[in-house]
Amino acid sequence: MTLELFLFFTLALIALVTAGGMVFSKSAVYAALNLVTNFLSVAILYLLLDAPFIALAQVTVYAGAIMVLFLFVIMLLGVETLRAEFDWKKIWLQAVLALALLVEGFVMLFQRMGQAANLPFNTASVLTNPSEMAKVLFTDYLLPFELTSILLLVAMIGAIVLTKQVKKRSL
Amino acid sequence: MDWILLLEWVIKGFALVMILLTGFAYLTLFERRILAFMQVRIGPNRAGPQGILQPIADAVKLIFKEELTPAKSEKFLFLLAPIVTVVPAVVIAAVIPWGTQFEAFGRTITLYVADINIGVLYITAIASIAVYGIVLAGWSSNNKYAMMGGLRSSAQMISYELPLGLSFVLVTLMAGSMRPVDIVEAQRGWWFGLMQPVGALLFLISILAEVNRAPFDMPEAEQELTAGYHAEYSGMKFALFFMAEYIKMIAVSAIMVMLFLGGYRELPGLQNTWFSVDQTWWLGPIYMFLKVLAMLFVMVWIRATLPRIRYDRLMSFGWKVMLPLSLALIVITALGLVLQPMWALAPYILTPVLSLAAFGLTVLLLQNSLARRQHA
Repeated sequence: MTLELFLFFTLALIALVTAGGMVFSKSAVYAALNLVTNFLSVAILYLLLDAPFIALAQVTVYAGAIMVLFLFVIMLLGVETLRAEFDWKKIWLQAVLALALLVEGFVMLFQRMGQAANLPFNTASVLTNPSEMAKVLFTDYLLPFELTSILLLVAMIGAIVLTKQVKKRSL
Repeated sequence: MDWILLLEWVIKGFALVMILLTGFAYLTLFERRILAFMQVRIGPNRAGPQGILQPIADAVKLIFKEELTPAKSEKFLFLLAPIVTVVPAVVIAAVIPWGTQFEAFGRTITLYVADINIGVLYITAIASIAVYGIVLAGWSSNNKYAMMGGLRSSAQMISYELPLGLSFVLVTLMAGSMRPVDIVEAQRGWWFGLMQPVGALLFLISILAEVNRAPFDMPEAEQELTAGYHAEYSGMKFALFFMAEYIKMIAVSAIMVMLFLGGYRELPGLQNTWFSVDQTWWLGPIYMFLKVLAMLFVMVWIRATLPRIRYDRLMSFGWKVMLPLSLALIVITALGLVLQPMWALAPYILTPVLSLAAFGLTVLLLQNSLARRQHA
């Protein structure tokens, strides 16, 4: 138990430091790398929670695919250095929304502290076993799942439409 | 958890790393000798009998070489990049089973380091992390050629990860599990490579692209990029990139063997004889070694045979040919499995025939589109 607690605090510290580093980093590449480290430490936190499927999905999708794409775009466009413009007037709306989200998170945290998560499935078996997870995902949560896939499809079609060229290119 | 179990893990992990590192050293010699043979040369044969000490001579040379760090490079990332490249290459092999199990010192010892029920997902996760080393090496060198190499490699690896992941889906469908040992045991009677030959071929092409081997060695194209992402690296840092490439070759060969060529299992048809790993456990690692060696030979053979593909063709091949074909293969495989209760041999006859038909159609369409361009 103490080992687990020690691991948790170490990982939480890494996650917080890298999240801060991502926000305050002047170089876009370092910001992206901080975010990658953050994703990895969160993935290990999932592992500590006995949820290996979510942990590895997190690594594959976020750290592996999305952040590589981010890094690719940063390097391709040559926008490695960010100009340090920090104007409160421009970002007050975002700041208020972020503050609201933070307060909401804390309220939820303190309200639910110590209570067991009230979920309509057996958390232990679903999180450790991918086929159990698939069953829950494709029966109880089918509608959110399909909506997410439609959202992704819309994004994909949008990207294709935006990049479509007038001149036809073949293989 | 008792300390003997911990000791067992440490010994197995250490043995695996040692096998990979020794394998890397001798794979370079193997490749050079095979290439020389195919090009009617002799190859390195001076250091020791038949050049057997050549890897040691190479290592000594690289250790004593001067290491340069470019003046305007990002020093931290420049140092980090080779490490980030090597580590995934080594740890990806952890989930590959090398044999069944045996009794020693009153305990059952299994021949794999980690047995996790989502081993396939672990492989995709580590493979997707592997891109960072190359991209960071290219960017931190502050060299345009290196940068181009890094960009090319990230684009290439992202594109070919999709057919790679879909080939994993094929195997998961056929085995009904993502656990590596289950996948190998599901191939007890008949290899997945025989049930889904086109899937195996797609997987081979994708792993060649993932490890940046010829004909997909675009990130280090000598003629265009002077060595690509590792242009600025020298000495042991260069050796680490070199090492990562060869260790990845061994690891992906072992993964391919595990997924499509029966893993540590014997040839189909030998199940109930002495040659089966059920009866003779120590044949498992030997079968594995022979199959991996055959895969490595195929990779070297491909390098000696095929010229490098042009970069734009590489990308359109990945997105316009490999991706649709692998999606079609998933439908075909699923169809075979759905029809199995009605016709027991459906996955063994219907799936390969339909996939080969899909493959033939793809080749035909490709040939048409290329031929039309030539006349225009």
